[in-house]
Amino acid sequence: MTDQMMSHCPLTPHLGLDVAASLLLAVAQQKNLEGYVGFADLPNQVYRKSVKRGFEFTLMVVGESGLGKSTLINSLFLTDLYSSEYPGPSHRIKQTVQVEQSKVLIKEGGVQLLLTIVDTPGFGDAVDNSNCWQPVIDHIDSKFEDYLNAESRVNRRQMPDSRVHSCLYFIAPSGHGLKPLDIEFMKRLHEKVNIIPLIAKADTLTPEECQQFKKQIMREIQEHKIKIYEFPEVHDEEESKLAKKIKDRLPLAVVGSNTSVEVNGKRVRGRQYPWGIAEVENGEHCDFTILRDMLIRTHMQDLKDVTNNVHYENYRSRKLAAVTYNGVENDKNKSQLTKLDTVEGISPLAQMEEERREHVAKMKKMEMEMEQVFEMKVKEKIQKLKDSEAELQRRHEQMKKNLEAQHKELEEKRRQLEEDKANWETQRQLEQQKLDATRTLEKNKKKGKIF
Amino acid sequence: MSDSVVDLRPVKPAPSPASMEKPSVDFSYVGIDAILEQMRRKAMKQGFELNIMVVGQSGLGKSTLMNTLFKSKVSRRTGLGSADERIPKTVEIKSISHEIEEKGVRMKLTVIDTPGFGDHINNENCWQPIMRFINEQYEQYLQEEININRKTRIPDSRVHCCIYFIPPTGHSLRPLDVEFMRRLSKVVNIVPVIAKADTLTLEERDFFKNKIREELQANDIDVYPQKEFDEDAEDRAINERIRGMVPFAVVGSDQECQVNGRRLLGRKTKWGTIEVENIAHCEFAYLRDLLIRSHMQNIKDITSSIHYEGYRVRRLNECNAQTNGFDEQDVTSHEL
Repeated sequence: MTDQMMSHCPLTPHLGLDVAASLLLAVAQQKNLEGYVGFADLPNQVYRKSVKRGFEFTLMVVGESGLGKSTLINSLFLTDLYSSEYPGPSHRIKQTVQVEQSKVLIKEGGVQLLLTIVDTPGFGDAVDNSNCWQPVIDHIDSKFEDYLNAESRVNRRQMPDSRVHSCLYFIAPSGHGLKPLDIEFMKRLHEKVNIIPLIAKADTLTPEECQQFKKQIMREIQEHKIKIYEFPEVHDEEESKLAKKIKDRLPLAVVGSNTSVEVNGKRVRGRQYPWGIAEVENGEHCDFTILRDMLIRTHMQDLKDVTNNVHYENYRSRKLAAVTYNGVENDKNKSQLTKLDTVEGISPLAQMEEERREHVAKMKKMEMEMEQVFEMKVKEKIQKLKDSEAELQRRHEQMKKNLEAQHKELEEKRRQLEEDKANWETQRQLEQQKLDATRTLEKNKKKGKIF
Repeated sequence: MSDSVVDLRPVKPAPSPASMEKPSVDFSYVGIDAILEQMRRKAMKQGFELNIMVVGQSGLGKSTLMNTLFKSKVSRRTGLGSADERIPKTVEIKSISHEIEEKGVRMKLTVIDTPGFGDHINNENCWQPIMRFINEQYEQYLQEEININRKTRIPDSRVHCCIYFIPPTGHSLRPLDVEFMRRLSKVVNIVPVIAKADTLTLEERDFFKNKIREELQANDIDVYPQKEFDEDAEDRAINERIRGMVPFAVVGSDQECQVNGRRLLGRKTKWGTIEVENIAHCEFAYLRDLLIRSHMQNIKDITSSIHYEGYRVRRLNECNAQTNGFDEQDVTSHEL
């Protein structure tokens, strides 16, 4: 199972000619042209075609109610997508998080954009917010699934791209850091969609507080290894400076407003307070212009590309790998695939369940076997130990016997010795007596001689 | 000339007809009003106690507001580093006491903070530790009171006032806010405030306030000053005016900045400076006047005579029920 099948290759907004050119170069020699051929006009052709076709873009906004999401969308696209008659959160008392889509067709300079805004009312509003991200995940997955099915069809003429290209996540301006809900949500969705975190209602914060808050948020994002949308590497000197400037100001602190007020004789969009006017389009007041430029003017195509190349491919490989788990090669299956859920009559999810169960059963069996082996070995060892103990005992007995025998022998010998001694003693006595007797006899004899 | 009613008023000597001068000694003055002076001296010697609890999600400016109210660093943040504190796993209750003095009047101020309230993903029952704490304080006072050998001055640790911070969404109250205020308005005086009110323009602020008042009424939540405790017409007039302004939209700041050559408490942004004490900017001044300058004693009285008495009655009923062998479940309790 490969997680990222393609590394993200930056495609310019107009065409994939860079990639095509580099491929060509790999197989062909570079030739210098001797006259004007005319294919330098290709970009314009692609451009004209895409303008005719029109563009699509889906943007999701997520955040607690009251953070100014609707106002920001209105300000970004200068339309009244959420008009004042649209029921605000005070009227929407929902028990579960809903996912709502609204489409609008915007035309500007001959280019038309079909913009879809996906809203999530009720997110984070209840007392118990566990799993409030689940409807969002389900929605994104269902859009991916639709696209996958459309891609796998035989007749592919109409392929509407309704995948979610970008998700604007609104962070409440507490000034301290991310809330547990923010972290949970981002951890679960950073692999499925491009997350762009924004600090909502940024006119609450003074510039120092804002800096502090941004640093804290970036620190926490890195700590939890959350992958937010990153700006692609640009090779142009000027553009890279710009990109770096944007990177330093992440997450963007925005203020939204669609009402215009008068400042120094000019009419600008802003919010009027008793102490001053916070201008929406002033770069020093908030990062709204950066967001708008990035989202619409420079990086819209890149967002779509990253969604297509990275997030969608991840989803697709996971889905297909689950289906083909039983050893059939990916390629073979891809060509045979018509509908995903008729392979062997089991849907991929059930397949996964079954495999998991098998795996678990196998593990259990292995465990039991190991336990048995272990027990056997233990028994053997005990037996051996017992044997050696018995052996030792026996030898000990043996030795004792030997000792005993030796003792007896010794006793015997001693007795013998005693006996001999006694004998010898008696002998000596006898001898002595005899000697005495002879001596007396001799004496007597001597004496007798005198007689 | 027998008067059945004896007139005890001292009789004024009849003024001499042509005299326009005041008498050198005023015989009509007894001096009963000097008792006020005596009370003042006694109060100054004794000092006052005030226990304020602040409740709200983290990051709403509770500690800053406390510092601004009492013009000194009274909150728990002062001792520790401010940015790197972790959200505690359960709601904790932390109370910090300070002795502050002004013009000879001493006050023991206790600020009770509740970190962790409303910060988790699942906030069910996050009000329970707070209710338990409040009831514990009442219990402590009750135990002291029914002691046989009582102290002359029972230390008063009951929560007099609970300031609830509403996040400035601009739309309506959240379910969590409604739940909390519904349960706690029965045991303690709640003063709801809109936190970080510099987010809202004036029109948004008015709309938000109306919405909140409607919701409070719809849910039967009685915040301070409560309608039912108005004593007479004069009180009612004052309180009606206050009720028209509740909840107060406040901005807190404990840093000074320069405005027109003067140094004031405020927040400096790129488009202007928000002055905390300017009533055109925010309603902090009204809140401070209510809490400290005009209604402090009233708050304490309501706590001791109404909320505490209510608790006491409940407790004593429970004890009676126990001794009389009644079923304990018959007794109503405000605890969940």
